[in-house]
Amino acid sequence: MIPILFPLGWQHYLAGGLAIGLGVALLYVATGRLAGMSSVFTSSWSYVSSRPVFQQARWLSTRPWRLQLALGLVLGAALWWLTLGPDTALSTQVPTWRLLLGGVVAGYGARLAGGCTSGHGICGMASLKLPSLLAVLTFMATGFITAHVLAALGAVA
Amino acid sequence: MTTRTLQDSLVVTAAGALFGFGLALSGMIQPEVVLSFLQFQDWGLMLVMGGALMVALAAYQLFPRFRAAPLLGGGFEAHTAQMSRNTFVGSALFGVGWGLSGVCPGPAIAGLGTGNLQMLWVLLGLAAGAWLQGVFTSGDAARSAPQEG
Repeated sequence: MIPILFPLGWQHYLAGGLAIGLGVALLYVATGRLAGMSSVFTSSWSYVSSRPVFQQARWLSTRPWRLQLALGLVLGAALWWLTLGPDTALSTQVPTWRLLLGGVVAGYGARLAGGCTSGHGICGMASLKLPSLLAVLTFMATGFITAHVLAALGAVA
Repeated sequence: MTTRTLQDSLVVTAAGALFGFGLALSGMIQPEVVLSFLQFQDWGLMLVMGGALMVALAAYQLFPRFRAAPLLGGGFEAHTAQMSRNTFVGSALFGVGWGLSGVCPGPAIAGLGTGNLQMLWVLLGLAAGAWLQGVFTSGDAARSAPQEG
């Protein structure tokens, strides 16, 4: 059963999930902030765009710590790479057009929805928010469909 | 920089580092692993989300019962999830993008730390998507906000 569900093993998944949870918990316990990662893509536009939508107080007042959190993500992943990761840089077989287009659609959608896998998936569900649970079920469903359609069309990854 | 600001920056960066280490350790920074979940070949992502959720749930629900305020001061932020059309349309679109790339916002950022420069394409896309969303769907907020040069 376990090899069928988890062909690559299960321990690193659970351990990684617990580490993510600890990061989210530390941020909340120390600062009261929620660790949704899509907001930084909106708040950082306030540095370069004078449009009122990006100059709202909620972006101006949170943009420094959102960037610091993002910097922490890079540092933490680098620590994994240096200690447990492979000798060479990671890469993916997913073609560039899918990375770019997927990014645009996911970025638009996450900001319209007010959260992504972390904002709704972890922070929203940990806040016992029903809309977040329904958001997760929605993006899981469309994610399943998209990945299956691509696979059926013969995509490599 | 005041001591409080410095403490705040260090804690935020440390929290992000735990988050990023977990994303890397769990393989979520590898699009292939995420796509194999979305194709029902490997259910690891459920363990990642379940593990993260258990810890976050305990912190969010229990800590405020023991302390009136966060350790560094301020207040506990409340999640603003809305039962609205935007939540569902946005989430549906998010899933399509996630299924296309195999990358969501956290792993796109964290992936840079493992030398995967292809993540720059995703980051570029996410930034463009967030800009488009801000410009085209926040008309009400833009109209009610004071105009700036």
